This record gives sequence, C-alpha cells and structure tokens, in this order.
Amino acid sequence: MQILIDNFSEIVDGFVVTLWLLLFAGLIAAVLGTVLVAMRVSPITVLRGAGTSYINVVRNTPLLLILFLFRDAFPKLGFNYSINNYFDFFFVAATVGLGLYAAAFVCEALRSGINSIPVGQAEAARAIGMSFGQTMRQVILPQAFRASVPPLVSTYIALAKNTSVALAIAVTEATFVMKKLTNDHPSERWWIFVGFAGGYILIVWVIALIGNVFERRGALAR
Amino acid sequence: MSSLLFDIPGPRARARHRIYTVISLLVLAALVGLAVRKLIQEGVLTSTVFNETFQNSNVRYLLEGLVGTLKAAALAIVGALILGMTLATARLSNHAWINLPARLIIEFFRAVPLVLLMIFLYFTFRSTLGGLGAVVAALMLYNGSVLAEVFRAGVNAVQSGQSDAAYALGMRKAQVMQLIMVPQAVRFMLPAIISQCVIVLKDTSLGYVIVYDEVVRRGRQVALVVNDGTILTYATIALVFITINYSLSKLAQYLERRLSQRGQQGGKIKVDEMSGGGA
Repeated sequence: MQILIDNFSEIVDGFVVTLWLLLFAGLIAAVLGTVLVAMRVSPITVLRGAGTSYINVVRNTPLLLILFLFRDAFPKLGFNYSINNYFDFFFVAATVGLGLYAAAFVCEALRSGINSIPVGQAEAARAIGMSFGQTMRQVILPQAFRASVPPLVSTYIALAKNTSVALAIAVTEATFVMKKLTNDHPSERWWIFVGFAGGYILIVWVIALIGNVFERRGALAR
Repeated sequence: MSSLLFDIPGPRARARHRIYTVISLLVLAALVGLAVRKLIQEGVLTSTVFNETFQNSNVRYLLEGLVGTLKAAALAIVGALILGMTLATARLSNHAWINLPARLIIEFFRAVPLVLLMIFLYFTFRSTLGGLGAVVAALMLYNGSVLAEVFRAGVNAVQSGQSDAAYALGMRKAQVMQLIMVPQAVRFMLPAIISQCVIVLKDTSLGYVIVYDEVVRRGRQVALVVNDGTILTYATIALVFITINYSLSKLAQYLERRLSQRGQQGGKIKVDEMSGGGA
C-alpha cells in the first residue's frame, strides 16, 4: 500500500499520458471511423471496396505490429514528427497507430447501428416526401447513432485498455510506470497490480457512464 | 443494393455514380501511386532488399516464431473455453454467493488491460509460469471472462418458451440447462467463439512485453537487422496474420449463415461488441 502513496505523483503522471493517448487517438478514430463508414455504406462500389479493405487489413493485424510500423519503419519514409518534449515522437507514433487501429472498430460500430434500422423507416420517410437530406438528418442518423452507442462504448473501452500497448514503443504511460515499479519493488507487486488495475477500471467505468448517459438520453420507444 | 440509405438509382443517378466512381478511382490510384513512389525512392522495394529480408535463415527464424504464436494461441483458447464455461455456469446460477463472485471476476478481468495482467503474472509467478505460462494465463483470464459473457448471452438468446416448457415437464434446472438450453445455445455461440480466436491470435503478440518468443518479437529483431527491409518484414508478418484471421472470420460468417438458415429463432451474439476487438 505504501508503495502507491510514495510514488503517487509518478503514477498520476502515467495515467495522464494514458488519458492523452486515449483523447487524441479517440479523436482520430472518431473522424476516420466516420469517413470509413460513409465510404462503406455509399452507393459507389469502389469506395465501398476501399473501406472494406481497410477494415479487413487493420482489424486482422495485431496492434503491436501497427505500432512497430510507426516506430521502426515509417520514420525511414519521413514520418518523424513530434509536437514538443512532452508529446515526443513515440507519443505521436503511438497516438496515430492507436487511432488508425481503433478507427476500424469505430466504423464497424457505426455500421452496425445503421444496419439495425429497419428499411421501412427510410421507405416511410421517402413516402411522405422527405428529401434525402431530411431522411438522413431526421430519421436515419438519430436512430443509427442511438443504436451505435453500446458498441461504440465497447470500442472506446478497448481503446483505453489498448493504450497500454504503447509501453512497447517507449511511451511512459501508466503500464510503463507499473512495469518499472513492479521491477523495482518485488515485495509490493500485488499492491502495485491492484492499484493500477483500479486506475484502469476507473477509466473504463467513466467511459461506460458516459455511454449510459447518451443511451438514456436517446432511449425512445420504438 | 441497400435501399435503406438510398433509392434504387435511376438513369441520372447512375450517370452521377459513374462520375463519382471515376473520381474516387483517380484519388485512390493517386494515393497508392504516391505510396509506391515513396517506397521506391527510399530504396526499400529493390530485389537486394527483398533477398536480404527473405534469406533462408530469416524465414526459418520467423516460422519458428509463428509456431510459438500458434502454440500460445491454441493453449489460451482451450483454457479460455474451459474457464469461460465454468464462469458462465456460475454466472447463470440462482445462488447469489456463486453468482456474485463470478460476476466480479468477469468484470475485473474484462476491465484490466492484458499487458498489465501479463506483466503482473510474469514478474510475480516467473518461476512457476515462465514466459509461455504468463502469456497463456493472461489470455485465458481475459478471454475466458469475455467468453463467459458470450456463453451467458447465448443461453439467454434461446427463446424463453423452451425453458418454460422444460420446467413445466418437471425438469430440474441442471436438466433444463444440459438438455434444452445449452445444446441450442451452442449454435448461437459458435461464430462468436471463432471471432474470439482471432482476438486471441492477435493478442499473443502482447507477449512481446514479457519477452515471450513469438513471431512479432522475432519480426522486430529481423526488421531491425535488415535495415531497409523493415517495412517488408512487418508487411509480411501482417499478411500472415491477416490471412489466418480473415479465413477464421469468413468461417465465422459462413457458420452464422448456415446456422441461421435452420429457421430457429434467437439472438445473434457479436463478440466484437463485447470485447471491442482486442489489441
């Protein structure tokens, strides 16, 4: 127990990096995932194919391999960015890798939401003379978003946990700190594990809570 | 073609779609062209690089790593199935003192990152578990918890009339489960179980952080030695994973279609929605 109090500031610093990773990667995933789902449901066969290929490639590749690509391989092609000393190259590489990976799952979550709507909804909207834009804005997308909330919550929970993989490319996030403490203090390993697990459970719990709010707000009788 | 988002296109819409098709083809071709040009410029697509990367010793080294990956994945899946069944049985119990602990275990291991779990198990039980043991144990605990929820959802997806009828015949709970519910539930679960295999296979790579010897770890060692072949090495390993996982996903889809054709009703269980797709 004492170990968690003694190293409290270092632990908090670790979780702050975890949350930054989650925020930036989450934003990338949200934007790219929306673009991908638009491609996947569009009437243009070429775009559908491109979207599907992206999903199949990214979803079936281990996240660690994607992070290694950004860490080892892409710098050779000139991908070598950092924002400042805090958001260094490793952080940027991990963020982009995590974001591209999670985008595939965000896309699938949104698509499952769209697919859950009965065709009759769109047909009814068209039958009463709504334009394409009206049908989308007022009938399809609100329902689709509502149905997407539970899988989106799972996706973002998985992303929060997956930020821990960034430790493999030297990002000093929470699990990185945990590994260091575990190494340095053999007698305190159980406490360290419980403490860090508690931190992650808190993050997961907050994401689930946000999801609940969205779900309840959108809950309408069908 | 889907008719949820748009009507069946008429002649004018078809003409418009043709224009969009051409534009998107051009954009995609430009993107691919730029990427390939960059690769050629940096000299990573030459035959020298190719031969250096795929020299016999490297290929053998990577294949041995793949064996390590498959071994860990196979052990973990078997373990996860057993643990998942145990936890699901406990979770479906009517007694709170069995039900609640199972629920706590499931919620805990689903919320904790695998990497954290692996590091803890490896450092704490190194002498008994070793690298393989720690990887398998962590994968087993996490995926067992996910599968427990899959099994539970599968049993709950069987129409309630089935259990009502069985109870009405005077069966006990164990009989209802064994004879009526589980045999029907297995059909809903099979696709989800196969999807979980994909996740386990991908997640064995996380053994990297505790120095478990598998294909991604070996791939990185090769990639850092064959300087210009880094991308080629990673792309090859990714291709192996994609091939195996894509076939598994197709098998899951095929089973899902086959099983839903039998005309019996019940829910579909999507494992991705329970685990977010793993790492």
